[in-house]
Amino acid sequence: MADFIPIAVSILFHGLAMAMVLYLISVGLSVTMGLMGFVNLAHGAFAMAGGYVLIILMKKQGWPYGLALAAAVVICMLASLVLERLLYRRLYGGDELDQVLMTMGLIFVSVGGATFLFGPVAQSLDPPAMLRGQIHILGRDFPTYRSFLILCGALLVTALWLGLERTRFGAQVRASVDNLRMAQTLGINTSKLFAIAFALGSGLAALGGGLGAELLSVGPTYALDNLVYCLIVVSVGGLGSIRGPFAAALLVGVTDTAFKYLAPELGAFFIYALTMAILLWRPRGLFGTAS
Amino acid sequence: MTAPAADAPDRKADIDAFARRHKFRWTEALPWAAAIACYFTFENYHALGAQIFATILFALSLDLLIGYAGIITLGHAAFFGVGAYAAGIMAANGFHEPLSGLVIAALAAGIAGFASGAIVLRTSGLTLLMQTLVVAALLQELANKWTSVTGGSDGLLGMKIDPVFGVFRFDLFGNTAYIYCLAVLFLGWLAARNLICSPFGRSLTGIRENAARMRAIGAPVERRKIIIYTISAALAGVSGALIAQTTALVGLGALSLGRSGELLIMLIIGGIGRLYGAFIGVPLYMIAQDRFAAVDPVFWYFWIGLFMIFDGVFARGGALGVIARRRGGSPPQ
Amino acid sequence: MSPAALETKLLCKSFGALAVSSDINFTLERGARHALIGPNGAGKTSFVNLVTGVLKPTSGNIYLGGRDITPLPQALRVKLGLVRTFQISALFKRLTVLENVTLAIAEREGTANDILRPAGHRRAEIEEAFSLLEPLGLANEAMRPVTELAYGRQRMIEIAMALALKPQVLLLDEPAAGVPPGETGAIIDTIERLPAGIAVLFIEHDMELVFRVAKRITVLVQGAVLVEGPPAQIAADPKVREVYLGESHSQ
Repeated sequence: MADFIPIAVSILFHGLAMAMVLYLISVGLSVTMGLMGFVNLAHGAFAMAGGYVLIILMKKQGWPYGLALAAAVVICMLASLVLERLLYRRLYGGDELDQVLMTMGLIFVSVGGATFLFGPVAQSLDPPAMLRGQIHILGRDFPTYRSFLILCGALLVTALWLGLERTRFGAQVRASVDNLRMAQTLGINTSKLFAIAFALGSGLAALGGGLGAELLSVGPTYALDNLVYCLIVVSVGGLGSIRGPFAAALLVGVTDTAFKYLAPELGAFFIYALTMAILLWRPRGLFGTAS
Repeated sequence: MTAPAADAPDRKADIDAFARRHKFRWTEALPWAAAIACYFTFENYHALGAQIFATILFALSLDLLIGYAGIITLGHAAFFGVGAYAAGIMAANGFHEPLSGLVIAALAAGIAGFASGAIVLRTSGLTLLMQTLVVAALLQELANKWTSVTGGSDGLLGMKIDPVFGVFRFDLFGNTAYIYCLAVLFLGWLAARNLICSPFGRSLTGIRENAARMRAIGAPVERRKIIIYTISAALAGVSGALIAQTTALVGLGALSLGRSGELLIMLIIGGIGRLYGAFIGVPLYMIAQDRFAAVDPVFWYFWIGLFMIFDGVFARGGALGVIARRRGGSPPQ
Repeated sequence: MSPAALETKLLCKSFGALAVSSDINFTLERGARHALIGPNGAGKTSFVNLVTGVLKPTSGNIYLGGRDITPLPQALRVKLGLVRTFQISALFKRLTVLENVTLAIAEREGTANDILRPAGHRRAEIEEAFSLLEPLGLANEAMRPVTELAYGRQRMIEIAMALALKPQVLLLDEPAAGVPPGETGAIIDTIERLPAGIAVLFIEHDMELVFRVAKRITVLVQGAVLVEGPPAQIAADPKVREVYLGESHSQ
């Protein structure tokens, strides 16, 4: 019993860090699926790109961590805007299979491209000195970087939610998720809205990929490896929801950490079974709206 | 209103045409003629040929689901893998007869299909896509962790396969494997073709086009979906067993999302819902993979990815779809 | 006295606080030509969905020929002869007209479960489909995909499919909805010529069609029956004029 509390705290801590990364790399996917009805399997590629840009700028160019992270986000957002205009928008409202084929193709291109540019081996992140080592909180030691990760995640989540609640853009997004046709009749420029939402989602993914590079290692098969977890977070959370995926990310992050720690022989088995059970109980996810 | 008498001969012609839709056309013999010709012309590629035939069977089973019943899945490798492991585990544990291995694989995959289908087919759209994906992930994790039986991430080794009918020994060059896989594919194709021409198969296209309407004409839609899911799973299982037996190797990749995705790509390239899409897409993909991936696997992924993007955005409907459109022809039936 | 073709007793359906049907007592006599009218949102389609089993009632019972069918799934109700059409054409659009009708016949005959023999071997079913299409003037278009036909013609296919199921009770949900004014005549003719033994309930906004065909009319307002009676009585009813006819005349 004496061990119980430290173990629980440790699981919660690492689970929370995992949840933050999962949320950041998935929330954009939830918006694309809810808003545009688009099955964007390649969403994780933006997270991977964010991770690579961050690591390369730091290692090769010697950029400081913060600047490199910001650059990663901006570059990925711009790249995603180009892809949205060139490819994605052509398939809005189209056949699901074509969307699957196109985004699977993007995944393959990302795998091939990343291997060619950066080699087959996963890259590691060297956090700046002040984020290394342990930090002492409430009589316990915690890894500094992950504490930083959780703090950043919490701030971002708050900013995101406030932004969607308080800004005009946020209101437009919520209205469009709710009823696209109605939003169009109200004069919302949905084409522009889609592009901005898509770029924002990709930017968040890049941020998640960069911040979480220490947790989810950045290698060429990143988009494929993390696809299942991203989709679990989105579908369990509820499509088009902003808060749902956060609850789902917490659930997945903490349970998965707990089971990998307490029952490693089961691995990810439990989390898959749990996902199936939840989706059977609520096919639209925990926070999904009935349409 | 038209006078019936004047139209009577037309009606008979229409009825005849409709009643004869299942009759074989000479073009349907082309894939088989080509396969036999390739046996003699490409003697060094029999092993690859065997793989292609087994994969065509796999793609055919997926076409039954997606193209005919309209059930979109990203986890079809689950059943391929169950079949491969079932046949592999038998062969590695002293039971070496190949044909009974196929039967057991079909049964095991069919049971897995029935059990998971009864659960996941209650959902639709993206949730269904997720559920199928999760089932495959679940089974892959099971195979990964249950090392004593499956060999875990090292793969299942030590399989031994007896000669087919006790006569035709599996050789290093894949001569037996080529004929063996081709024969099994032929039987699978006959069964699949028969199924889609049957009233049951026609009702599946009805479910694909409009499930609510099928319910309104009294069709037990959920039950039909589970039945086709089970049949498709069994066929996928046979395909998995063929590959396990002819390569004497089963790994976790057999159950992976990559495998499901790749299969979907091959089928989409060929054309979905046309029965022969698998016969075009699979050889194209696998031969190209054999050529280019051998030279540079990195570039293979890159170029096939670019091709898929192009295909998804511009050339919708795959090879057969493009051909049909150029001829002003029909959508899939 | 033999039981009514279709009857509902105290049928209720609510979604949360929203009641779409409340205490509907409704009787459809054998061979009836009965219209269900009411303003938009009165719960007419919900009533059809409840009766056919698309929706589960919150409370109340449904009887088909005296038999309680409340717990039965949709498919079984169809097998017992309770058949509907849809407000917006719900056909198998990429399939041919003939195929649409043969699918319905195969379900009725139970042959749709046959997985072994080719569908083409059942020539009698194909001939029957033609015999259904012929009087509706659809036989010449039998081999064309549904999408190639004008909307008015598609509405006729709806009726052909329903008849292919040999219904005892036929529920037509706005059979003339979306049909250009010039083409409604053919649909009215078709409904008038339906076999006398079938009890027909139809929802309709087209008052010409309602008063020409219906022998009895039920007016539904806010999920409840306002009044029921023969057409002359309904036309004269001040309550109906107020909530319904007045509204539609002013449009």
